[in-house]
Amino acid sequence: MDRALPTPTPETQHFWDGCKAGELRLQRCTECSKTYFPPRPFCPGCGSRAVEVYAASGKGVLWSYVINHRPRPDMGKDPHSIAVVKLQEGPTMMTNIVGCPQTPEALQLDMPVEVVFETFGETALPLFQPAKG
Amino acid sequence: MKQKSVAVVGAAETTKMGKIPDQSVIQLHADAALNAMADAGLKPSDIDGVATAGASPVELAHYLGITPTYADGTSVGGCSFMLHVRHAAAAINEGLAKTILITHGESGRSRVGAGGFGRNPASLMGQFEMPYGVTSPPTMFTIPVLRYLKTYGLTEEDLAMVAVIQREWAAKNPRASFKDPITVDDVLNSPMIAWPFRMLMCCLVTDGGGALILTSADRAKDFPQKPVYILGTGESVETPMVSQMEDFTSSKAFRVSGKKAFDEAGIKHSDVDHLMIYDAFAHLPLYGLEDLGFCKPGEAAAFIRERNTAIGGKLPLNTNGGGLSYMHSGMYGMYALQESVRQMRGIAPAQVPGAKISVCHGVGGMFAASGTVIFSNEA
Ligand SMILES: [Zn+2]
Repeated sequence: MDRALPTPTPETQHFWDGCKAGELRLQRCTECSKTYFPPRPFCPGCGSRAVEVYAASGKGVLWSYVINHRPRPDMGKDPHSIAVVKLQEGPTMMTNIVGCPQTPEALQLDMPVEVVFETFGETALPLFQPAKG
Repeated sequence: MKQKSVAVVGAAETTKMGKIPDQSVIQLHADAALNAMADAGLKPSDIDGVATAGASPVELAHYLGITPTYADGTSVGGCSFMLHVRHAAAAINEGLAKTILITHGESGRSRVGAGGFGRNPASLMGQFEMPYGVTSPPTMFTIPVLRYLKTYGLTEEDLAMVAVIQREWAAKNPRASFKDPITVDDVLNSPMIAWPFRMLMCCLVTDGGGALILTSADRAKDFPQKPVYILGTGESVETPMVSQMEDFTSSKAFRVSGKKAFDEAGIKHSDVDHLMIYDAFAHLPLYGLEDLGFCKPGEAAAFIRERNTAIGGKLPLNTNGGGLSYMHSGMYGMYALQESVRQMRGIAPAQVPGAKISVCHGVGGMFAASGTVIFSNEA
């Protein structure tokens, strides 16, 4: 079964294009300098339309998660993490933590993680793995 | 709103509860509505306002043969009915309608005449949460909890204790789905659903419904049942995506809704005799007790462990057994309201002796929305 994938909208296209290009693209306000997520063409902090897209560090920490023991059919058969990372730039983002056992012992809150892009057909999803050094 | 200007004069659940394979969703709404009208001594032609979620108020009004001058289709998840009560109270005070019917019906288990769970892949949730394998609420509502536990040095056992104490309440309720006592070990040995959540920390999935009828306090005196007055109300919304909650250890919607309701009611926490906190999962009473201000941040687990919310405790909580043990069709808020009304009428299976003020607090979506209603049985 094919992975459930996003349908980009005009407001989010830059984010998904960035994933394909290997960049985690966030937006920030040029008036109050807040970085925010998910994408929209104005600042949710102050309402300004003066915002810019930039390539974020792709680094963050594991903020919270569950390990789903009843995976959706498109997610395979083994228990897997559904996680939220807190990005260095401030926002939180849902993802899967990959590249480590899917166990409470391996998945410690606050451990540093870094983005890795995994391709599914025409889409690349931003997943995160334990940071390497 | 003006305190005690509006009252509940009709309240009932569906005739059957739990597994109802022979009734569709709209019929569950109607069954509850007819029971509530019988409770209030009314016919459909006496109703001039309708509110519901799940079904549309158009479907409801037409199916029951009601011609309303007020229709509220607010649909923000399982607390929608708390918002319906709030809006109905304002509408009655404004003269938009005199007698408002609020219904819920859901074929959560049997799925008779029910829609699917599909989500639009172009919505923000479809783009930024669905690709990571979220399914139903057990994989979404639960996501903030490890952060909450770590922040306050709590464990799975603290979640398990919530379920254990609510089962004690359920044992006193003949209509509860689960009545047999359970221990913390039973909860921690039940099947893993989504770490750290095990089956007995998650709500039931059942069929059922409920309905309320509200009118002005002046008219309420002429109805057959003891009026239950609306003392204060609150509502708020935060985010359609649990991953975007501002604070994983506290719900902004809970805090805003709760404070508004307490301010309107003009009461102190020590005035509250009975409390309902929508418990789709075992962590919700912890967040609710703290965000409503009954406990300081991080102290709700100890408050529950010390049996303050148990039978004989100073703050009886979820006295019907809650979504964990009583019933949960999907949008549980209506059943929490029904239990508050029963407690205020003095007819609950696990009646709190002498209860005069009941706080009923609901959640919608995955910490997406909140509604709070404070009831009093004194005019
Ligand atoms: Zn700004």
